[in-house]
Amino acid sequence: MSKGVAITGMGIISAIGNNVAENFQSLVEARKGISRISKIDTIHKDDIMVGEIAYSNLELEELLGLTPENNYSRTGLIGAIAAKEAIKNAGIKDINKYLTGIVSATSVGGMDMTEQHYYEYLESDTNRRYIASHHAGDSTQKIAEQLGIDKGLVTTISTACSSGANAIMLGARLIKSGQLDRVIVGGSDCMSKFTINGFKTLMILSDTYNTPFDENRKGLNLGEAAAFLVLESDTVIKAENKTVLGYVKGYGNANDAFHQTASSDHGDGATLAMEKALKIADFSAKDIDYINAHGTATGNNDLSEGRAIIRVFGEENIPEFSSTKAYTGHTLAAAGAIEAVYSILALQNNVIFPNLNFKTQMKEFNITPQLKLKEKTLKTVMSNSFGFGGNCSTVIFSKEQ
Amino acid sequence: MKKVYINSISSITAQKTFDNSEFLDKLIIHENQVVFAVEPNYKDYIPPAAARRMAKGIKMGVVASKMALQEANLEQVDAIITGTGMGCLRDSEKFLSAIIDNNEQFLTPTSFIQSTHNTVGGQVALELQCKGYNFTYVHGSNSFESGLLDAKMQLELDEAQNILVGGVDELGDHTTKLNKIIHHIKDEKISSMEILNSKTKGTVFGEGANFFVLSNKKQAFSYAEILSVKLFNTLDHTELNEIALSFLNDNHLSVEDIDTVVLGNNGDVEFDSHYYQLTSGIFKNTQQVCYKHLIGEFNTASPFGLWVASKILKNQTVPGALKKNDLATSSFKYILLYNMYRGENHSFILLKSC
Amino acid sequence: MEALKQELKENIIEQLNLEDMSVEDIADDDMLFGDGLALDSIDALELIVMLDKNYGIKLTDPKEGRTIFESINTMAAYITEHRSK
Repeated sequence: MSKGVAITGMGIISAIGNNVAENFQSLVEARKGISRISKIDTIHKDDIMVGEIAYSNLELEELLGLTPENNYSRTGLIGAIAAKEAIKNAGIKDINKYLTGIVSATSVGGMDMTEQHYYEYLESDTNRRYIASHHAGDSTQKIAEQLGIDKGLVTTISTACSSGANAIMLGARLIKSGQLDRVIVGGSDCMSKFTINGFKTLMILSDTYNTPFDENRKGLNLGEAAAFLVLESDTVIKAENKTVLGYVKGYGNANDAFHQTASSDHGDGATLAMEKALKIADFSAKDIDYINAHGTATGNNDLSEGRAIIRVFGEENIPEFSSTKAYTGHTLAAAGAIEAVYSILALQNNVIFPNLNFKTQMKEFNITPQLKLKEKTLKTVMSNSFGFGGNCSTVIFSKEQ
Repeated sequence: MKKVYINSISSITAQKTFDNSEFLDKLIIHENQVVFAVEPNYKDYIPPAAARRMAKGIKMGVVASKMALQEANLEQVDAIITGTGMGCLRDSEKFLSAIIDNNEQFLTPTSFIQSTHNTVGGQVALELQCKGYNFTYVHGSNSFESGLLDAKMQLELDEAQNILVGGVDELGDHTTKLNKIIHHIKDEKISSMEILNSKTKGTVFGEGANFFVLSNKKQAFSYAEILSVKLFNTLDHTELNEIALSFLNDNHLSVEDIDTVVLGNNGDVEFDSHYYQLTSGIFKNTQQVCYKHLIGEFNTASPFGLWVASKILKNQTVPGALKKNDLATSSFKYILLYNMYRGENHSFILLKSC
Repeated sequence: MEALKQELKENIIEQLNLEDMSVEDIADDDMLFGDGLALDSIDALELIVMLDKNYGIKLTDPKEGRTIFESINTMAAYITEHRSK
C-alpha cells in the first residue's frame, strides 16, 4: 500500500461562492453565507436560517448549456458545475485517456423535484421526466454524462452526513489498489423541503446563525453545496508531469453502534475513525497540524466530537481546530467534500480558517476552536464527518506524499 | 492478494427463498405486475423494541443479514456493506406525503430518520455492535455490485477477513404508481412463467433482500470463489460480446470454460436486447439461466442472481424454472453473471466453484 | 383525568408502535423512559409532537420533555394545566 493518491484538481459551489476562488475569499474574509431561505417556500422560513447557493436552477441549466427538456435535479445541476470546475482545474483535456471513474455522494438525490411534483405526476405529464431522476444514483449519472465518463466505474455513496468523506475514501482505495488511474470524488446535496422538515422534527435546527463548539449552541443551519476532487495515481502524475495540490494520506470509517441518530457520549465511533485514519497515514496524532472538525453546532455532535478529539490527541496536544459549518451551513452528503476542498486550501495557503460565531467556552471541556484567521505552516490537515446510522469518517490530507 | 469466497447466503424475495435448505423447490407463480416479498417470521430475529419502527425493507435487510451471519457461524463481521437503489422507500413516501398533506405541520421524526439510505447498515451495526467499516451504495442497479467490489478489494488486501455484503429494496405504493405511469412497470398483468417471453414494454417490479458473508478464509461450507467483479456505467449493446470476451480474457478464461451464464432478463422488450446480444452471440451454446421472472425487477434484484449462482455451484444443479435454454451442463465450475437495468449500470461477476 | 390518562396510553401505544403492549400494561406511575417502558430520545420527539397536535402545547426545547414525560401521571398533570385544545 505504498501508492500515493494525488489531488490534482478541485471544484466547489456553496453558499459562500460559486467556485474555489470565491469560496477561499469568503473563508479568509470571515464572510458567512447564512441567510433566510429564498428559493423554497416553507412555513418554517422565519424559524430557520440556511446556506443557499446563489444561482437558481434556470441559471445553473444555462451555465451547463442544458435544453429545457432536461431532467436534472438541483443536486445534479450543482454537482455538474463543481465536477466540471475540478476537471478544468486538473487540466484534463481527454477524460478517457486514462481509466477514469466517478464516486459521488448524496443524501437528497432528486428529492427536490419529487417533493414539488409528487401528486401532480399522477395528474399531468408535464414534469414526469423527473420521476426517473429521483433516485440517488441519477445525479451521479448526470455528472458522469457531463464529464464524458461512459464506460468507467460510476457509483454513489449515501451514508448520511459522512457520505462525501466516504466517497473520497473509496476513491483513494480504488487508486491505491490499481482499479482506476483517475477518479473524480465528492458529493452533492441541494436544499429540499424534505430535509428541512426532517431536521426540524429532530429539533436540531437553529433559528439563528449556527455557533459551532459554543456553550449556547442552538443547533445547525442546513446548507446546499457540491464539491469534487480529482484523484490521480502516481503513474498519471509522472506521465503528465502534473501539479499536485495535495495528497489523500489517510482515511478511516467506523461505526458508533450507539444510536440511530445521536452520537455516543464519548464519541467512540469518531475516535475510532480518527485513529484508523492516522494508522493508514502512518502518522501519530502530533503529525496533524489542523483539524477541520465536523462541528455541526448541535448539542450532541460538538460535545461528542470534542471529547473524541481529546481522546485521540490528549487535551494538551490538540492542534488548531475549527468548524466551517458557520460559513456554509451543514451541507449533509456534500459536507465531507466541501471540507476536503477547504482542507486543501488551508494546506496550499498555510492558513487556518476561523470558527465563526463562537462566544462562550463549552463547560464540559477546555478546548477552544481557532477563532481568528491564522497563518501557520501546514503539512497535514485532518477532516472529520459524522452521520446518522452511527457513521463516522475521517480523512487526512497532506502537502507531501 | 488473498482469494475471496462466498461463505454464506441468505435471501428474502417473492419466492420462499428465506428457507435456505430449499432451492426453489416449490415455486410461487405470480400473476401481477408487482410482486411482494414472502416474509419470514421477523420476530424470530428482531427484538420487538427494535422492530417497532422498521418498515418492511429494513426488516428484510436486518433479518437477511442475521441469517447470513448465522449460516457463516459468525457472531461478528469486520465490515458491513449495503446496497440499495431506492433506499427506504416506504418511510420516504410516508414522510414526504405527511409534509405535503399536513402543510409541514405536526410531523414526527421517526419516518424521516428511517428514510435515510444507510438505515439498514446502521441498524445491523447497532444490533451486532459492529464498530467496523460501514458503507451504503445507492447507485441504481449497480448498488450491490459497488459494495461487492468494495468488499472484494478489502478482503484481497486482507484489510478485513469477513464482510457482510447485501442488497435490499422495498416496494412503495406511490413510487409503484409513478413507475406504472411512465411504463417502467408493464401495463398488463402477466404470469411469472410468461415474463421472459414478453413482447411488451416495462417489467414486473419486486422487492427483497439478499445478503452474503464474504471471506478470505475458505470454509468447508463455502459456496464459491469470486474471481472478478466489473462495473460499467453505460455500454452500447453492440459492444457487449466484445466486452464480455475481454472480461473473460482478463481472467484467463474462454467462452467454453463458462458452464452457465446467469442473466438479468426482466421481460422488457425495449431492453432485453442487451441480454439477447449475448445469448445469441458468444453464449449461444452455453447454458443460460434467468431469475428475475420469479422475483420481479428491482435495483437490488441482481444479488439474487448471485444467490442463484452460489446455489448452482454448491448443489451442482439448476432448477428447471431458471433455465432459459435447453442446453444442460453436468458439472459446474465457472459461472458468469451479467446484469443491467434499462441500458445503464452494467455488471459482470465471475464465480468459480470451490 | 382518568379519561385523559386512558387516551394518553392509547395514543402512546399507537404512535410509538408498541405493538406488543396494551393499555393495561402501562401503570399510571410507570417510568416511560429508562427502566419502565424503555422509550428513547426519538420517542420523546414523537411525544412532543403529540402534545402540540392533540393538546396545543408547544415545547421548543426537547430537554423540557424530560420531566413532563416521566410517567402517564406527570404527562396528564402537565397537559391538564397547559392545554389549549
